[in-house]
Amino acid sequence: MVAPAPVTTAVGGGAKASPRHDNRGPSSKSFLAWLVVVPFLAYVGTFLVYPTALVLAGSFQDSDGGFTLANLADLTRGAYLRAFLRSVELSAITALLGAVFGALLSWAVAVGDREGLPRRAVVAGAGVLAQFGGVPLAFAFLATIGFQGFVTQFLRDSFGIDLFATGAWLFELPGLTLVYTFFQIPLMVIVFLPALDGLRPQWREAMDSLGGSSWTYWRHVGGPVLMPAFLGALLLLFANAFSAYATAAALVSQGSPIVPLQIRGFLTGEVLLGRENLGKALGLGMVVVVGVAMGLYAVVQRRFARWQR
Amino acid sequence: MAAVTRPTGRAVARFVILLVLGAFFLLPLVAMAEFSTRGAGGTRSLASWAAIVDDPDLVEAILVSVQLAVTSSLVVLALLVPTMTWIRLRLPALRRLVEFLCLLPVAIPAIVLVVGMAPLYAWVNYFLGDSPLTLTFAYAVLVLPFAYRAIDAGLSAIDLTTLAEAARGLGASWGAVLLRVVVPNIRTALLGASLLSVALVLGEFTIASLLNFDTLQVRVNLLGKRDAGVSIAVSLLSLLIAFALLFLLSFVGRRRRDTAVEEG
Repeated sequence: MVAPAPVTTAVGGGAKASPRHDNRGPSSKSFLAWLVVVPFLAYVGTFLVYPTALVLAGSFQDSDGGFTLANLADLTRGAYLRAFLRSVELSAITALLGAVFGALLSWAVAVGDREGLPRRAVVAGAGVLAQFGGVPLAFAFLATIGFQGFVTQFLRDSFGIDLFATGAWLFELPGLTLVYTFFQIPLMVIVFLPALDGLRPQWREAMDSLGGSSWTYWRHVGGPVLMPAFLGALLLLFANAFSAYATAAALVSQGSPIVPLQIRGFLTGEVLLGRENLGKALGLGMVVVVGVAMGLYAVVQRRFARWQR
Repeated sequence: MAAVTRPTGRAVARFVILLVLGAFFLLPLVAMAEFSTRGAGGTRSLASWAAIVDDPDLVEAILVSVQLAVTSSLVVLALLVPTMTWIRLRLPALRRLVEFLCLLPVAIPAIVLVVGMAPLYAWVNYFLGDSPLTLTFAYAVLVLPFAYRAIDAGLSAIDLTTLAEAARGLGASWGAVLLRVVVPNIRTALLGASLLSVALVLGEFTIASLLNFDTLQVRVNLLGKRDAGVSIAVSLLSLLIAFALLFLLSFVGRRRRDTAVEEG
């Protein structure tokens, strides 16, 4: 309805409307203009850029502050390499599961009423589980399939099935995979639903009137149009699982199978003295992996923007 | 024939998907409700729920989280609204930089951010005391991307330049432009940004737990080791509160979506 304000015209127009500033000369005026942005830049500089720089710089320092590549070299072997590989595996599997089931759920919601309650409820529920679940999600699973969980007891009492016959898998990688899909599917709904909404009903109608089937529609129109959005979402889900910490921390109290939990070990001081910067190197490794995924996401997103208008 | 079978086939597929995935997602919630109402000897009891208000540490933690939610939303709005407005009006050259900085927390996992924040917080706590409310600084950073997107959408939907020029032409100060012209015009976006921030802060665990502050989620996690019933009751409660907030948000966003539909 309202077009975005053309930003470039604002500079001259704003200056004309402020005669008070005119007699101070152009340099003090632009100085004052910059002054307004200083609180934001100072804040973000202190609480976002500085801590990040600290982690990045620390990765290349030994305990005396000298330059070293030993921290990064350690990431490429032993327990740290295994943790990275497991994190990548966990993120990739849950991203794939989340993307497929999330796309199906998005479709089921998208074909319904846009302003309807089911859609609102699914979108709000997806927001909760995808972004704010964290610790509660871990406890939800303890209540469901923990040792005394609802489903565990039901299966044991009614069918004599022991969920934990093969060990405490809920507190290990298989458990994490299951719990992670509980925030991956919802995240997929959040990011994929707008793409589905972008599909024009006219395309479907055109296909129908030309005698095409549902299958031909998805194979030749819907599928290709949605593919970039799907791939983009897959990358976002991967980055999301890779960054996740709270659920895993609440579920896994012993051992550090994945990278975020290994970083916890460094922060809570359960590590070799003098190797504190190894934790920062793990952080750098995470930033690189997540950064690559997010960078690819941005590229895919830009391609996909063509279909959104 | 095809016209008749296709809609029904689609309806069946839709029904099956909603049923299966709905059950998949509701089961843990039902299990939480069941678990948290277990009494002695197979009876039902609300003892775990009553214990929430009887635990002073937990109540304290809830209050801390609620205060943090309020302060973090206020700080992020106070930082972003003047900056983003000003940049659109007077400093468009900075727009890319501000956007980049605001979206940066998406690419930096919270667990990594906390590694860098730990030494910073040694200083913060030295100067400001070790009140958990100092977490506001970290949380305002966490909610930055969400708040940025919401406010950016709000500012894009109004003709900011014309509004600001008109107000300035009538003699309004920049402060008045901001508080009496811009803020009322983007109040839906501001409300949306605040609700998202509140929900995010109420659910935050990583930073609070590793900087050793007792917030709601940290307390829930601790409780889990001692009294599973209460921790599961609080978990369910916090999920329901977040759901209520986001459900509310879907109505807040409605007006904007309606106009978007008209456009499309």
